[in-house]
Parts: sequence; C-alpha cells; structure tokens
Amino acid sequence: MKLIFECGSDGQHLSLIPPCDVPEVMLKETREQPLELPQVCENELTRHYTALSKRVYGINDGFYPLGSCTMKYNPKINDDMAALPGFTAVHPLQPEATVQGCLEVLCKAEKYLCEITGMDAMTMQPAAGAHGEFTGMMLIKAYLRDRGDTGRTKIIIPDSAHGTNPASAVMAGFSVINVCSGPDGGVDLESLKAAVGPDTAGLMLTNPNTLGLFDRNILEITRIVHEAGGLCYYDGANLNAISGIVRPGDMGFDIVHLNLHKTFSTPHGGGGPGSGPVGCKEHLVCFLPGPITAEADGLYKQVMPAKSIGRVKAFNGNFLVVVRALTYILTLGRDGLPDASRHAVLHANYMMSRLKGTYDMPYDTFCMHEFVMSLDRLHRETGVSALDITKGLLDYGLHPPTMYFPTIVHEALLVEPTETESKAAIDEAVEVFLKLYETAKTDPGKLHNAPVTTPVRRLDEVGAARNPILKYEK
Amino acid sequence: MGTYVPTTPAEQDQMLAEIGISSVDELYANVPAGMTICDRLSLPEGISELAVRAAVTSMADKNKVFRTILRGAGAYNHFIPSVVRSITSREEFMTAYTPYQAEISQGILQAIFEYQTMICMLTGMDASNASVYDGATAAAEAVTMCRDRKRVKAFISSCSNPEVIQTVQTYCFGSDTELVIVPAKNGRTDAGALESMLGDDAACFYLQQPNYFGQMEDASGISAIVHAAGAKFIMGVNPIACAVMRTPFEYGADIAVGEGQPLGLSMSFGGPYLGFMTCVKSMIRRLPGRIAGQTTDADGARGFVLTLTAREQHIRREKASSNICSNQALCAFTAGVYMTAMGEKGMRQAALLCVSKAHYLAGCIRKELGWKLKYDGEFFHEFVTECPCPEKVLQVLEDNGILGGLPVDGGILWCVTEVVTKAELDRAVDIIKGGVLI
Repeated sequence: MKLIFECGSDGQHLSLIPPCDVPEVMLKETREQPLELPQVCENELTRHYTALSKRVYGINDGFYPLGSCTMKYNPKINDDMAALPGFTAVHPLQPEATVQGCLEVLCKAEKYLCEITGMDAMTMQPAAGAHGEFTGMMLIKAYLRDRGDTGRTKIIIPDSAHGTNPASAVMAGFSVINVCSGPDGGVDLESLKAAVGPDTAGLMLTNPNTLGLFDRNILEITRIVHEAGGLCYYDGANLNAISGIVRPGDMGFDIVHLNLHKTFSTPHGGGGPGSGPVGCKEHLVCFLPGPITAEADGLYKQVMPAKSIGRVKAFNGNFLVVVRALTYILTLGRDGLPDASRHAVLHANYMMSRLKGTYDMPYDTFCMHEFVMSLDRLHRETGVSALDITKGLLDYGLHPPTMYFPTIVHEALLVEPTETESKAAIDEAVEVFLKLYETAKTDPGKLHNAPVTTPVRRLDEVGAARNPILKYEK
Repeated sequence: MGTYVPTTPAEQDQMLAEIGISSVDELYANVPAGMTICDRLSLPEGISELAVRAAVTSMADKNKVFRTILRGAGAYNHFIPSVVRSITSREEFMTAYTPYQAEISQGILQAIFEYQTMICMLTGMDASNASVYDGATAAAEAVTMCRDRKRVKAFISSCSNPEVIQTVQTYCFGSDTELVIVPAKNGRTDAGALESMLGDDAACFYLQQPNYFGQMEDASGISAIVHAAGAKFIMGVNPIACAVMRTPFEYGADIAVGEGQPLGLSMSFGGPYLGFMTCVKSMIRRLPGRIAGQTTDADGARGFVLTLTAREQHIRREKASSNICSNQALCAFTAGVYMTAMGEKGMRQAALLCVSKAHYLAGCIRKELGWKLKYDGEFFHEFVTECPCPEKVLQVLEDNGILGGLPVDGGILWCVTEVVTKAELDRAVDIIKGGVLI
C-alpha cells in the first residue's frame, strides 16, 4: 500500500491553527532545509491510517499466545480511566496541592504492588521492564558503593534469561557470569555455588523462569547468593503465574521489577508505552530513584530518597499506564488477582496436555503460565522449522507463540495462552497446531511457503539489514 | 470481585480432567510449603466496573485542571487535533505487541517507518530510530553512543532541563562515565568556558536548543568548538521549534534528540511521552533501540521489518549497545499522525504563534508590571522574568484558573503556546496587576 508521503497532493491541508492575534515575531535564523511533511486532507488521512490499522494484529483480532509477553485482554475501562481530563490535562510540574489525585494514584499503586510483591517501597519512574532492570542494577551498585564494597563487580545470570538481563547489568557497569540450567530447567545449584564469591554483586532471576517452570530450589538459590554477600534481583516478566499467590519478597529477593503491561493488563501499544516499576526491601529504599510519593495526614507529597541514584527518566514515569494498572488491581482485588493467575496456569497446562502427544515438550513436568515446545525432532525429520510453523499459524489467523526463545531449547516455541482466553479459543488453537504438525509430515513445502494469506509474504530481513532504507526518499 | 476470566466451573473441571489432576493447587507443587499468600493478601476486595469507575474518577477529580497554562519547562500544552486522538485510540494499534511477526504487523512497521521519515525531515538528520522512553533518556542514550576507549568524559550544558541533566547523570554513574556540567553566562552556555574544558578525553557535548530558559543558543559557534576538540555534538531540540529554527543538521549536530511530547501527546502528569533520536549517517550502527526498515517480500512487494537488530540485546546480550527492547510505539505513532495532520503549514503556524505570543506576554510583563527579562538573548516560547513575589503571583493566578510560570532561580520561567489567546494573556497580566501590585 501507499506511504503517507505518496498520498494527497500539493496544497492539501487541514484547518487547525488560527491566524496570529498578536504582532508577529519570528526567529532571526530560520531553517533552510525544506520541511516536506505530507500534504493530505482529513478524509485521506483517516483512510490511510484506517488501512494501516487493518494490517495490524491486536488482542481483539484473535488468540495471542506469545510466551513471556502475557498478551491478556486489555479491559476498556482502563483506557476510559486513563483518558479522564483530570489526568490527561495535568501538567507534571503543577503545585503539589493541585495534583493530589495523581499522587494518590501513584501512592495507591505503590502500596498495592508492594503488597503483591512483598517489597517495602516502589518507584513508578521506569518506563519499561528493561528500564526497571537497569534501575534495579543501579540500586545494587549504589548499595555496594555506599558500603564501600567496591570489589563486587559481577552479576550472575542463568543462561535461560532474557537478553535484557545481561545488557542491563552491563549498562550499570557490572560484568556478567552466566550459569547454566540443570536438566530439570532450574538453576543448577552446583554451578551457582561455583559462580558466587567475594566478587558477587548479585543475581538476576526470573521465577517462574523463561521455560515456564517454578524453581523448586528458590529459597536455596537466594540463600546461596545472600551468604556470598550478593543481592537478589527478581525479573517480574513472569509474575502472571503467581500474582497474589506467592511473593518474590518471600522467596528472598531484595529487588523486583514489574511489567504493568503484562501482569496488570495495560495495552502494549505495538511495542510501548509500558511501565516497569521497581520495588525493593527496606535496606535499599534510600537509593530508589526519586522523587517517590508519600502520604502523611491524608496529604500526598513527593520526596527524594536520601541516597537516591537520581532520576532514570523525567517526571513521574508513564503515569497513564499506572492509572490503567491501578484500575485493574481495584477491579480484581484480593480474590481476583490470584484467581487470574491460577487460570493462567490452568490454561497453559491444559493446552500443553492437549499438545504433548504430538509436539515434544523438553521438560516433562507441569508448567506455570507458559510452556516451551521443541520442534527440533520435527525439523530434523521434515525440514519444517519452528519459524515455518509460526508462519503456518499466520495463515490460520492466529498470532504465533514466541519463537527461538529461550535460546537453550532448540527450535523453541514458547506458548502462553493467558487466563483471558476461553476454553473454546484454546481448543481451536490446539486443532490448528495439530493440523500444522500433520501438514509438516505430509506437505512440508506448504509450510516453507507460508504465509500466503497475509498482506505481505515472508520479508527479506537480510536484505533490509545489508542495505538499510530507514526513511522514505522521493 | 471483578474478573476477565471466561472459563466456567464446568470447563475448569474438563481442563483438570484432561491434565489428569483434581485441583489447580497441584500445579503449584514446586512452590515451597507455607509460602502461598492468597488467604492473607492485604488488598481491597475486587469491585464492579461501575464502582471502579467512581473510585478512579474521584481521584481524577481531586486534581486541578487549569484553563490557561503558562508553564512549560519540559512538558507543553499544545493543540491536539481531534483526528489524532481518534486514530491513535484504535484498538488494533493500542493492543498489539512489538511487531516481531512482520507479515501481520505491517501497519505498525509502516507507521514507524513514516514516523522515522518525518522526524528526519523535522530535524534534517539522516536517520531516526523508532523512539525511546522520553527526551531525558534519549539524551542519556545519545551520550552512551559517543563514549569510546579514549573518550570517556561527557559534557552537558547547565542550561539544559534539570531533569535531563539528572537522568544523564544517573546513566553516566552506571557506565562510569565522568559527566561535566558546563557553566552558563547570561542564561546561555558559556562558550569560552566550554572551549577551555574540552580535552582529548571529551566524548561529547550536549546542548539544548532552545535551552531550559527559552534562550536560543549560538549552536553554530558551539558546534565548531566541540568538533575542533574532536568530540561529538549532541543537540536536544524542541520539535515545534524545529519547524522554523535552523535544524540540528544545519547547526552541525552528530546526534539530535528531544522530547516528543509536544507532537500531539497530552501532558498527562509526565507520561507516557516519547524520546526521538536521530543521527548522521556515519553513526547509524551505534544508534540504540528499535529501527524499522524497508525491504521486499517473497513476491517482491514493498514491506517493512525491524532491522539492524545485530546491535540489540536479544542477539548481543551483554555486548549490546543498549538494553532497550521496546519503543514508545503508540506515542511515536501519535507523533507521526500529528505531524501528518499539521503538515508543514500547520507546524510553522503553531511555531509562529508560540514565538509571537511569548513575545507579546514578555512585552506586557515588562511594560505593565515593570518586571525585567532576566536574560537579553533571543528566545522561542519560554523566557525568564524577574518577579518580586513569585509565591503571591502564582497563587493569585491559580485562584483564577491560570497555571503561571515555573519559579526558577530568582525569577519565573514563562511559556506560551499557540492555544493561549491574546485575551487570556491580557487577563493574566491584569490579574497580577490587580491582585499583587495594588
């Protein structure tokens, strides 16, 4: 389809801005480069973007089992609340007395999320999960510096971790030690014991991990790290399995980040904005990015923690995302949150159970909210890869699972159906998966060729990287 | 309790039977005994949609929404066309994931490609990424792009937004980069001081244009100083000002970043916004974050993908150029729709109104109230005046539904955007005159 720059014609425009009602003033030096923005009328503009919207797959278009991403239904009431002018029209630098409602939102969200995670305080400033990881690593750095403990420079990360974990640790100036996973998918305790030492700053861990497994040795793991003098960081990417059921704080973690856009139902926006609040235990509170929100005598105010690492972002984080998450927490409440998690886990196990006679499950155990399949054998036998199966799913109108992650499983597909899918939707998806397996055996060429029903077919990614075209030129 | 779970008790039983267990509890067998919290979670009971609407609305009602806003300092009250809100609230864009499955994500990928193109047009730069969290983190990421083995010191003008400086400081603490703050002279960067401070180990200098005090910096002169020292020149620019002022490219910037909120996003108590990030051709492979690129599909048709991913964390892990694995996609989309709706004509007109009205208010304050401008340089839509009693002035304005300027070192930083009418400006000045000076 056309780019917006190929639409409209010279001279077309919308009538948006009035004439100047004061004497005109202009800068002395003005730009010489042309500003060739699109020239379209309002009708053409809306048609262009409506056409684009039909080339997007949203939550409301169908099943969305993206492992590790928690693509649950995004309730509309959340969006309504985030659109209230009492929130959207507020300037971030208004006097405190005029923003009590905004501060109440931040304070309540902090309180509830601390209760859910078992933490003592939380900052809403980080804008995404990776941003939260960086913030958490900075807390560890500041804590160690403050104690004069400068020899602790290494962060331990399991090989099943998301790639952001090592990248975040390095941004905070740490080096990374990878530890391998044991045959049961959990952290290998012997490798962990061998990895810790006087240079250990901390551990980054997701639990349940990226294989969808709750590590049964979790208390032992955090104890080993603490005894070596390190801190434990909880990556909250997979909280949807355990929200309201078991708390990272009780597992021995000192710091946690959450993804409000996963567990707490806020929309992903096609890649953002999300929100990645970071909580911590008492001994780290004074290092949190500031300001944080506090309540005294019914009045809310913002305060800077005593030894704050500083800001990680301007203003108060992705505030409207927090409004949505708070709306969700208030709606579900103390019974609804654990109920949602239990159904997320039930649905994943049900789907895994229905597929495991056909697809290989590398870990023969119950899963939490997601499970990983390996298409290694299928690939060797038929030449059909995990990628081919995902492209086949597109032709059935389903969003594929996460592919080739975690990297420790060959030809991996990571499937997370979430609690908001109905049994009927899961059953239909299972039938498609089974049909595709059959197709791989009987007609592999069809899958190599897929998709054929989508707006475009497989795209040349190698060519795109080799000769980058990153903007439109006439 | 409210719920979004569709599974009925009967269906739950069918699922348990298929799994071969009798209770969901069995699935949590790996959780150490005594650790579950469900029965003692200290949260309020769940409520209906009707009740939750009332509860959250009552919080929104506790905020004061000002009819007239004369405050900027990093967040700006600009006009947002209806068509922008209408398009960007479509649930397809709102609820989709990051466009990893390109074949069913062409709408997002093309929209990002169009956004990148328009940001390049606005800044004059060669390449743009798909956006980062906000203007402050864009500045911090830009500094990271410039650091190498020999050049380990970063410089930033003290005339930058303080929240940007603080954010850059935090990132520099992370990467053990020394950050030096370059002093100001008469509300602008002290170019002489900068020249004497830059050495062989200087990685970059960050200059905000217009600066925090609204002043137009001598960016061409500073560009020459920075480049003579062999360092990279980073500019943080206001996107509305970019429609009329010299572009960062024309000033000689290697990297140009900025807060994208003025491009169609509401102020929303600080977020979500977006940081735009651009650079010259030679630095493209150091640019962090997501980037959309054009390619072709198996039939030769034009299509778009996320590209240059070899820089990114999911491939490079600890060797990645940044940990960022998202962008502010919906905000970047909003900015793209905004720039399309405004067009060159609309954006230039908005910028003209901003400069003209700011000068009109500055003139009124000088003539009617007798307060001097603190700095005498050229300004865009913000300026600092002296003020004998800032608290009293701001209170009387607040009582009349006007958010006055921001108190900054010994004066007030005012901002006027295109949405404020001459009548509102006259009224504000009259209110101060009547309420404070009599």
